[in-house]
Amino acid sequence: MPELTPKERMAIQRHHMPEQDPEVRNKNFDEVNLGYDAALAMAEAERCLRCKKPVCIQGCPVAVKIPDFIMMVAEGRFKEAAAILKEDNTLPAVCGRVCPQETQCEQVCVVAKKAEPVAIGYLERFVADWERMNIGIQVPEIKEKTGKKVAIIGGGPSGLSCAGDLIRMGHDVTVFEALHEIGGVLIYGIPEFRLPKEIVKAEVDGLKAMGVKFETNFIVGLTKTIDELLQEYDAVFIGVGAGLPYFLNVPGEHLNGVYSSNEFLTRVNLMKAYDREHADTPVFDMTGATVAVFGGGNTAMDAVRTSLRLGAKKAMIVYRRTEAEMPARIEEIKHAKEEGVEFILLAAPIELLGDENGWLRAMKLQKMELGEPDASGRRRPVPIPGAIEEIPIDAAIVAIGNGSNPIISKTTPDLKVNKWGNILVDEATMKTNKKGVFAGGDIVTGGATVILAMGAGRTAAKAIDEYLKNPDVW
Amino acid sequence: MNKILEARFIAPDIKLFRIEAPLIAQKRKAGQFVIVRVHEYGERIPLTIADSNEEEGSITIIVQGIGKTTKLLNTLEAGNYILDVVGPLGKPSEIENFGTAVSIGGGVGTAIAFPTAKALKEAGNYVISIIGGRTKELVILEDEMKEVCDEVYPTTDDGSYGFHGLVTDKLKELINEGRKIDFVLAIGPIPMMAAVAEVTRPYGIKTVVSLNPIMVDGTGMCGGCRAVINGKTMFVCVDGPEFDAHQVDFSILTKRNKMYLPQEKHSLEKFMCNLDKMAMEVENARVNA
Ligand SMILES: Cc1cc2nc3c(=O)[nH]c(=O)nc-3n(C[C@H](O)[C@H](O)[C@H](O)COP(=O)(O)OP(=O)(O)OC[C@H]3O[C@@H](n4cnc5c(N)ncnc54)[C@H](O)[C@@H]3O)c2cc1C
Ligand SMILES: Cc1cc2nc3c(=O)[nH]c(=O)nc-3n(C[C@H](O)[C@H](O)[C@H](O)COP(=O)(O)OP(=O)(O)OC[C@H]3O[C@@H](n4cnc5c(N)ncnc54)[C@H](O)[C@@H]3O)c2cc1C
Ligand code: SF4
Ligand code: SF4
Ligand code: FES
Repeated sequence: MPELTPKERMAIQRHHMPEQDPEVRNKNFDEVNLGYDAALAMAEAERCLRCKKPVCIQGCPVAVKIPDFIMMVAEGRFKEAAAILKEDNTLPAVCGRVCPQETQCEQVCVVAKKAEPVAIGYLERFVADWERMNIGIQVPEIKEKTGKKVAIIGGGPSGLSCAGDLIRMGHDVTVFEALHEIGGVLIYGIPEFRLPKEIVKAEVDGLKAMGVKFETNFIVGLTKTIDELLQEYDAVFIGVGAGLPYFLNVPGEHLNGVYSSNEFLTRVNLMKAYDREHADTPVFDMTGATVAVFGGGNTAMDAVRTSLRLGAKKAMIVYRRTEAEMPARIEEIKHAKEEGVEFILLAAPIELLGDENGWLRAMKLQKMELGEPDASGRRRPVPIPGAIEEIPIDAAIVAIGNGSNPIISKTTPDLKVNKWGNILVDEATMKTNKKGVFAGGDIVTGGATVILAMGAGRTAAKAIDEYLKNPDVW
Repeated sequence: MNKILEARFIAPDIKLFRIEAPLIAQKRKAGQFVIVRVHEYGERIPLTIADSNEEEGSITIIVQGIGKTTKLLNTLEAGNYILDVVGPLGKPSEIENFGTAVSIGGGVGTAIAFPTAKALKEAGNYVISIIGGRTKELVILEDEMKEVCDEVYPTTDDGSYGFHGLVTDKLKELINEGRKIDFVLAIGPIPMMAAVAEVTRPYGIKTVVSLNPIMVDGTGMCGGCRAVINGKTMFVCVDGPEFDAHQVDFSILTKRNKMYLPQEKHSLEKFMCNLDKMAMEVENARVNA
């Protein structure tokens, strides 16, 4: 095929992601996006202009060599494409699905100036899936053993990416995870219909094949402290995530039927409550229920769409600003709307009302309007005096973010944290103030993204490697 | 996977397990608990560490079969494995030399109170233990309590053994006798703990209860175990499980614990029905052989 001109490339329309019909998918837990096939992927790859200065790479927190892998896709050389991706991204099948591409790589893609950006995320997903399904996740080359041991605390994206890099460098790596499964938010938070668990498991199996050891049911701080780990290990990486749910602090929050998004999603995902026939863990019976979810992030979208799939008759997002300010990925908001989720914007719950048996029956909402911009530049919602509405609901899910879990900081008193409990690090190396201890991911930044957590794990792995070679320098 | 070293019923439906868990055995303190999961689709349930043996690397749990998971657990025997055991969770009991301490256990609550009673004794307290049960067979750990306490009073609701009456009646009797009581630990069903709180409140006796909300992770991640203490929301798995009895809102706890009643009932019925089926299959196999 003759090489296309940039103009011809620009003329190609972005290829639509095949997806399940909204009316079908809002009743099942199968993945919503069905993925490109090879022909679609190759066609989409032709849209990339192969820029001399690929700005898209600057938009990616781990600097994936985007045009290089896309060029391989265009040529049908998927195995090579996968190898390129994996040089920078340990979990491409995950990131291709959950990265907020519209504010990262795809936002800065030059094509976006005139048309829709190249579907970098969809292509990334295609390549990773192709590798897994056709040739199996390839085990990269592992350097000669160094004899150094590293303990990774937390099996979320930050810990996994740190582990993946360190094992390749020849170190002996053990991941300690509090829960009974590895994956962090990827397993207990993000639902099956957005990120099939099988993908996370395959990635973890890949790490196992590379020699990473996993200790589940091990809570660092309680089962053993960091100081105890430091007697056995040469370095420690803390990637314990956020994960201390905030509540609204409004009356009625302890009523039955009120959940934190963490609890609701954990019951459904990790504990498999969606599989009512087999799972012992119960969850509120959503059949025919009216559900309100408070918040506007990915977590809120996941909770509201999960409620629909569990049989809710009506599922609402209640958010105190407008759609433009919602932190959720655009695709999730779009999918939620298509599936029938209602959006109540510029409103905040001020009270949850219950019946005499302690069950939720209604919410009281304060209507808002947008006022002056605040420090973050976003216009602040301000209550409209007297505009209060009561709406009957059966269940409510609070998805307004997470603080930092104090188990590590309490049991490691000499570790420096800020007033919110986030661990303080040197951003270039992820070094904490404690010798031999590094940290990254949500526990450092507060709730952020999978790719940022992975980037932090990677930065730390590099610094840990240097430290292990020269432990006198800190 | 944790191996069961010993399993025996100590009362109807109440089973004691000694299980291999060397790291937890080393770390655990009185008042702490573990979370266990029995099978791939199983629930995570909290159980107090009743005792531990560091040399052997084992911990002891005592389980009352009241629903699907606890009844399933109670079918396991020595040599079997428990899929997941994680801990030690929760804050250890605050142990001081208060003077005279009364430990009150209702039903399986006695097993939960046992390690703390023992620790209170070791800290120099004079420890009086009241062990309640509906009827004689449900009074547990009397011998074990006798070993670690100065006085032990079994009580039964039906008078079939020991003091005839509720644990609170026995406590009132001790107070009325003019015994100096400096500290009360009460663990058992919620109505019992609430009643003890009301008995000691007028006397200003420091009283501690161990709360039993529904838990999932046990690490502070889900907030499902929240309880209202002195008007404030607390996560029992990390801020507790022990709290000042006079500050606990027992009515909210009672209501929250009923959240899944229909689902729990369904799950138990299905399980019991399968148990019957299993028993029948075994019986048939025996007859056929
Ligand atoms: C519902 C939901 C949806 C999301 N959707 C998206 C999305 O679409 N795109 C996106 O980019 N981001 C999304 N995020 C955010 C993203 O998942 C997180 O930023 C990311 O997972 C952080 O990774 P981490 O490794 O820092 O921590 P986590 O993923 O939180 O993992 C931390 C792990 O450490 C374990 N742990 C905690 N304490 C201990 C201890 N003391 N000892 C041992 N182990 C411990 C935890 O059990 C957990 O497994 C979402 C988050 C949620 C909750
Ligand atoms: C800190 C703590 C320590 C405990 N220690 C012991 C102990 O040493 N021995 C003992 O026999 N029991 C103990 N319990 C209670 C025990 O956890 C419950 O009896 C058990 O979870 C019931 O599960 P089930 O499936 O058998 O019954 P279900 O039929 O599911 O439930 C029966 C009742 O148990 C409670 N419950 C249900 N699920 C949970 C859950 N996941 N977490 C907590 N409570 C739940 C609810 O009140 C429910 O109505 C403790 C509870 C807590 C919170
Ligand atoms: S990792 Fe995320 S940001 Fe980077 S290229 Fe892939 S989808 Fe884009
Ligand atoms: S900016 Fe867009 S068009 Fe240019 S190389 Fe990157 S993906 Fe291709
Ligand atoms: S059990 Fe989840 S926070 Fe306590």
